[in-house]
Amino acid sequence: MNLWIKKNRFTSITVLLLPVIIWSVIFFTGCKTIESLGEVGGAVGVATGTMTQDQADSLGRASKAVAKTFADITPEQEYYIGRAVGATVLKTYKPYDNDKLNRYLNLLGQTMAQASDKPETFGGYHFLAMDTDEINAFAAPGGLIFVSRGMIKLCDNEDDLAAVLAHEVGHVQNLHGLKAIEKGRLNSALIILATEGAKSFGGKELAELTDAFEDSIGDITSTMMNSGYARSAEHEADESAIIIIRRVGYNPYGLVEMLENMDRELKPGGGGFADTHPDPKDRIADIKEMIGRATPVASNAARQKRFERNVQGI
Amino acid sequence: MIFFIFSVLVSVSGADELTVQVKSGKVRARPSFLGKIVATLSYGDRVTVIREESEWVLANKAGSPQGWIHISALTDDFVELSSGTSNAETVASSDELALAGKGFNSDVEAEFKTRDADIDFTWIDLMEKIIISPEQMEGFLKMGGITVPDGGEE
Repeated sequence: MNLWIKKNRFTSITVLLLPVIIWSVIFFTGCKTIESLGEVGGAVGVATGTMTQDQADSLGRASKAVAKTFADITPEQEYYIGRAVGATVLKTYKPYDNDKLNRYLNLLGQTMAQASDKPETFGGYHFLAMDTDEINAFAAPGGLIFVSRGMIKLCDNEDDLAAVLAHEVGHVQNLHGLKAIEKGRLNSALIILATEGAKSFGGKELAELTDAFEDSIGDITSTMMNSGYARSAEHEADESAIIIIRRVGYNPYGLVEMLENMDRELKPGGGGFADTHPDPKDRIADIKEMIGRATPVASNAARQKRFERNVQGI
Repeated sequence: MIFFIFSVLVSVSGADELTVQVKSGKVRARPSFLGKIVATLSYGDRVTVIREESEWVLANKAGSPQGWIHISALTDDFVELSSGTSNAETVASSDELALAGKGFNSDVEAEFKTRDADIDFTWIDLMEKIIISPEQMEGFLKMGGITVPDGGEE
């Protein structure tokens, strides 16, 4: 069984057997290794007759809910978060209504995404150009990716553009958007979810969930559009991009070339990408290390021709 | 002590069944991002695992062709569907359930929309309609002179 699945399965089984394990640990170690106060409290409460098993279960659930984080967001919920993040991005940046270009972005971008470590998201990967000269790109959770005309114009060829899109896929794959949700934001929402019998929500629960949703969208969009991800997240997205580029067969030096172009064009403090990303020079040094001594992929006349045809006049 | 816990855990591991956790799960003829899609599974469908290779799982759903599914499409949680056609009846603990359609869902999105008159999902819906098939991807790469290492099975 794959490690990733194994880990999840182990977690599920552990949860299933929690009472057995708790009692065993209490018996053998006197509670030293138990981290969750709720679990211990529930177990002891039942043993001493001060609460029913139902009450103990409920306490256990609530404790677990409080401990939950972005990692517990299901792909379906990630999808709805991503849609709202995308719609919020489009309030600031108008879509570039160009069928030819958007089709080309999807042919290239979806191909790159399928070669990532996370090819399957709930609603799939989809790409759209933004109608601005500003150099910028955004990746909403779940795989909705937006690239500005300004960013596309920085690319000299398809390999450069493939690198830009692969970097954005890297942000989706590594859940950087979801990780921008402030700690504690999801607690109330997840407690509602953890409540037994919450099969359909009433007005109050829906309002509370929507509050948590709205705040989460705010956290993600302000990080993406204003403050930027941590340098470590950009590094991680670059690492994922290089892996994807190699798997598909594009030129890994495309990412370096594109960043060199960006370094020439970006004005410090000039807004957009310059404010939310590390200095291209620093990223270039890191990326060259990641690439190592790989042989560059040769350019191709047909590839260059179609790139120029699709980005013409933007 | 550790041995005791471990032996209890191992004894309940059971058959390898996984659940599709995406809207449309692709089942491919080979373990590659360019593998031809031989079947499409729905959210909540259960599959039986035959074997694994790297990030790919060879699996099948009763009555559907066997093929390779990427692990990112699968979860070991059960998914309780809102239609009531739950596959969760056999699950002992609600902790194992991913409550499909619960939490942040279309109702929350609708409520979110009512709170912001300027938010518009038209282009988001249009974006989601553009779907590129593995055959189109393969043709695109071929025409661009791109050689995919190991046929994408790396």
